[in-house]
Amino acid sequence: MTPLLTTKGLSRNFGGLRAVDGVDFALMPGEIRAVIGPNGAGKTTFVSMVSGRIQPSSGMIVFDGADITDLPAYARVRLGVAYTFQITSVFANLTAYDNVALPVQRTLTDGRSKGAVHAGVMAALERTGLADRAHMPAGQLSYGHQRLLEVAMGLALKPRLLILDEPTQGLADSEIDNFIGLVREIATSATVLLIEHNMPVVMHLADRITVFNAGKILAEGTPEQVRANAEVQDAYLGATHD
Amino acid sequence: MKEASPAKAYALHLGVIALLFGLSFVLPEYHHGLLARIMVLAVFAMGYNMLFGYVGLLSLGHAMFFSAGLYGAGLAVIHLGWSVPAAFAAGLACGTLLALAIGMLALRTSGVAFMIVTMMFAQVFYLIILYFASRTGGDQGLVVPQSARVLVVGGTSLGLTDPTVRYMSALALFSIVLLVTLAIVRSRYGRVLVAIRENEERTKMLGYDTFSNKLAAVVVSGTVCAASGAAYALLFGYVGSTFASVQYSILPLLWVLLGGAATTLGPLIGTLFMYYVVDVTSGYTSAYLLIVGIALILLVLFFPRGILGTIRQRWLGWLP
Repeated sequence: MTPLLTTKGLSRNFGGLRAVDGVDFALMPGEIRAVIGPNGAGKTTFVSMVSGRIQPSSGMIVFDGADITDLPAYARVRLGVAYTFQITSVFANLTAYDNVALPVQRTLTDGRSKGAVHAGVMAALERTGLADRAHMPAGQLSYGHQRLLEVAMGLALKPRLLILDEPTQGLADSEIDNFIGLVREIATSATVLLIEHNMPVVMHLADRITVFNAGKILAEGTPEQVRANAEVQDAYLGATHD
Repeated sequence: MKEASPAKAYALHLGVIALLFGLSFVLPEYHHGLLARIMVLAVFAMGYNMLFGYVGLLSLGHAMFFSAGLYGAGLAVIHLGWSVPAAFAAGLACGTLLALAIGMLALRTSGVAFMIVTMMFAQVFYLIILYFASRTGGDQGLVVPQSARVLVVGGTSLGLTDPTVRYMSALALFSIVLLVTLAIVRSRYGRVLVAIRENEERTKMLGYDTFSNKLAAVVVSGTVCAASGAAYALLFGYVGSTFASVQYSILPLLWVLLGGAATTLGPLIGTLFMYYVVDVTSGYTSAYLLIVGIALILLVLFFPRGILGTIRQRWLGWLP
């Protein structure tokens, strides 16, 4: 099987700092991959380059067999790379409905029909449990619901690769359980790349885990392998298991 | 932007148009003429609002689009002897092409830089008009001869200097632009424009090419403003460089802020309000600009969303 996403020697410098340093990475279709690592390890910079928000200093990104390194972000979204923001960034003054209508109307190819937009919006809102809040301004939703709305917008893009940047940050425990179920469901139709700090979530969800440290991949493997890796324990897990 | 109540919104807009139509038969001569002028300038404000209100791009150079239409139409009549419809089309074309060129350059910037870049381009446009004074009339301007301002419809020729013809022409242009604006802001494209205003980065990450969308908005805005300028030249018969000066870039901003940015009817209300405040106060004192200034400060202090924006926020949430 060929990977859905590969990066070769992907690097990014910020001034003198090498935030991401020669990363070779491969992601198989259909998997849930978690990216973990201490703060400043380069996780967000890495996925930002994949999504096109940041241009790499050097290296190459291949999505579904095509070199997308020089494509602008919006063109990558059209190919099926969707990114949900680490810091919640819904359109606060628009209703939840309009927030989701934006991605839905873009993915529709039949163009005109209003019914198709409405059906698509309601489907995405129902999947995330927000249907009864459709006409509330997004800024008035609770934080947890805003995170869900963010995911609903990602879903509405019908992505082939959904990048979730710390999706459970700031969620209550009960919300996290629902969230795990939602990500599992998404993974039946899309490949998921997940940056996450919450270890139980990572261990529950991920098929494989990639550990970043100081801009490089430190280790990669199944949750069991990563958990057993001594280097990883030193760099990361030990520090959080207090 | 709401899915609900499209019928209400269209009814309101058609009602406003009907009201303006009816006013033509009851207004005294002076106000009749003033209202015709206000409707033409409200089109200018609507074009400005398209970009400022809905996309959130503050331009300080829209006088150049207005005067592109003004001179495009006016000079076509004066120097080339074109008919009224052909001259109007020439004005529109000038505005569209200018907006396309300026948009491509100015949209590389945003925020304050965008304001300055548009202002500088407008200043260049203004100086070009002065430089080619032999053709444009320079700061004196040119009068479009009455004999040329005749619209031939079927077999009858309508003089655009006739008050009723002038009023109805202004109303026709105003109505078309108003309904087109309403259709645009309620469309999917309108939703994308508002999304760009609210959070451009996020809009990109939903797969939208925000540059192209903004460029399209600049072109629509510039074309509408040019339509206003072209109509002004043909209906009121004067083409002058004042209309290209920085003052005429600031005025549509004021009209839109007063009436309510990102409301479809706000530009009309703002223009109307401003004209009548000037009209009434200048009857009492020569320091009328002082009163206008105070009125503006009070409005911005207490109704920062403008007249219609405040009404929408407090009472009528469905207003488009």
